[in-house]
Amino acid sequence: MSAVQTKRPWVGVLAWVIALIIFFPILWMVLTGFKTEADAIASPSLFFTPTLESYVEVQGRADYPKHAFNSITISLASTLLALLIAIPSAYAMAFLPTKRTKATLLWMLSTKMLPPVGVLMPIYLLSRDLGLLDTRTGLTIVYTMMNLPIVVWMLYTFFKDLPRDILEAGRMDGANTFQEVTLLLLPLSMPGIASTGLLSIILSWNEAFWSLNLTASKAAPLTAYIASFSSPEGLFWAKLSAASTMAIAPILIFGWMTQKQMVRGLTFGAVK
Amino acid sequence: MATLELKNVIKEFDDTRVIQGVDLEVNDREFVVFVGPSGCGKSTLLRMIAGLESASSGDILIDGKRVNDVGPADRDLAMVFQSYALYPHMTVEDNMGFSLRLAKVPKEERRKKVEEAARILQLEPLLDRKPKALSGGQRQRVAIGRAIVRNPGIFLFDEPLSNLDAALRVKMRVELARLHDELDATMIYVTHDQIEAMTMADKIVVLQDGIVEQIGSPMELYHHPRNRFVAGFIGSPKMNFLSVEAVASDASGVRVRLPAGGECSVPVDGATQQPGHTLTLGVRPEHLVLDDNGVLEGEIQVIERLGGMTSLHIQTQDDLLTLVADGEVTHRVHERVRFGFESHRAHLFGQEGTALTSLHRHPLTEIQRLDNKASSNGESRHS
Repeated sequence: MSAVQTKRPWVGVLAWVIALIIFFPILWMVLTGFKTEADAIASPSLFFTPTLESYVEVQGRADYPKHAFNSITISLASTLLALLIAIPSAYAMAFLPTKRTKATLLWMLSTKMLPPVGVLMPIYLLSRDLGLLDTRTGLTIVYTMMNLPIVVWMLYTFFKDLPRDILEAGRMDGANTFQEVTLLLLPLSMPGIASTGLLSIILSWNEAFWSLNLTASKAAPLTAYIASFSSPEGLFWAKLSAASTMAIAPILIFGWMTQKQMVRGLTFGAVK
Repeated sequence: MATLELKNVIKEFDDTRVIQGVDLEVNDREFVVFVGPSGCGKSTLLRMIAGLESASSGDILIDGKRVNDVGPADRDLAMVFQSYALYPHMTVEDNMGFSLRLAKVPKEERRKKVEEAARILQLEPLLDRKPKALSGGQRQRVAIGRAIVRNPGIFLFDEPLSNLDAALRVKMRVELARLHDELDATMIYVTHDQIEAMTMADKIVVLQDGIVEQIGSPMELYHHPRNRFVAGFIGSPKMNFLSVEAVASDASGVRVRLPAGGECSVPVDGATQQPGHTLTLGVRPEHLVLDDNGVLEGEIQVIERLGGMTSLHIQTQDDLLTLVADGEVTHRVHERVRFGFESHRAHLFGQEGTALTSLHRHPLTEIQRLDNKASSNGESRHS
């Protein structure tokens, strides 16, 4: 491929080794899902007779499609909501900055430094009083809030990289702010918006803390579904692995399909 | 058809005053060029006229109406940006028709107007292309086309040629002058390139540090610069400056002693000059002539041969002077030469750099680039 790789093959080898080390737990999980419970706790081995026993049992104990549906709707809805709020905010901060814009951005990001458990009580109580416990709406709102700082921050950097002249040309051509955003800004920053959206979907999909604390069964997404297999009666490795594999499969496939878009978005602006 | 007037326009960013009270009148169909070094405030001034920046104080009037609080789109002007600022996701046709689309002009009419502009700029075969499939010169023309389609009273150009290569720049310069003629519109053009200013302008506004140094026709600026800055900025190669001493002054001019000893009399108003004052003598390189009886003498340091003309950089006792001779001079580097100048070609500047008024007006100073075409054909504005 590139000249660097042909000249220094060890770089390629090292990359593969690191990739395998990172990937290994996932591989092991997938394999364990196809073992019997006895095989799973026996001494680790790559050789075993694969079985779908665990998958059948997992499906019997919990309703996978229901949780998958919750995961999908909650991640999509919270991402859309976050983008809807973040686009105007990022526009304002990128193109009409004030003296406090930088500080506002930092403050927004700093909210991500607080451990979520610190606000567990107020959010739990608020959700309860508003009747949002164990509802998809409740979790969607919490996820939106959770991802908003990152989404605003990313959009801000994408917008900041856009040539100002183009928007000014639009203004000279008679575009009002809404037209400026919808006809120029959005089409031009589509790669950035797409990758921000993808990241937000993935973060929402993988979120476990709030889903475990704010949902029971009705609105529980896949993270809560996995957790339900680590029961007080003990760990059932094979069933837990089968459930986990099913939980991560959609997002893994989704991530794989959109990786081009993601990389393009994340390096957007870095290379002109 | 539009006039522009600036009255004591000031722009401050935080505590810095970047435009320090500009007064300017632009007549209908005039081609006005703002010129000055980087950071002199010329682009800021243009952006204030465009409405992309607000004026901190002062009035901006278009056709006699104060427009300080009018949005950019409603000022009856169009702007061509330095970066072209084309919409990358739209075709040439959509780029040019964008303003009409926003103004809800029916599709048929839009198409007609875009095609008309495309014809003027020879862009017809490119209408379906996206900007990234165009060359620099083509993009430039699309940017101009986008302005033409709006049929504005005033065109604003912000260093439109600075991203083009030298050959294309010359070509576009001619094309813009032709366009001004064809469209009969008022144009305001910003550049740091004094050649662009000299070749295209009816009126040049020279700016430095947010202050207007001089406003005048190209020939007026060339022959009667108001101060040392303008004298040095207009004309290429740059004017030579020598430190001289006033010896005497009378009705025919001021007599000065050159650093090397010789004397000459410059026909300027020297009423305020006392013998002994230190003045600055300015002579353009093209007005210095090789002359065995010349008052100046020095050693040639560098010779730049351009074929048709030759620049000699000559080290005198105190200064490195530039002399422009014809292409046929046979002198060599390190040769010693004598040279001089006709004294009526020289300029004198006082201690603060202000020019002493010349006693004779140069006949070309009043010449108009388009020979007052504007007054002769009343309403043939492009539509």
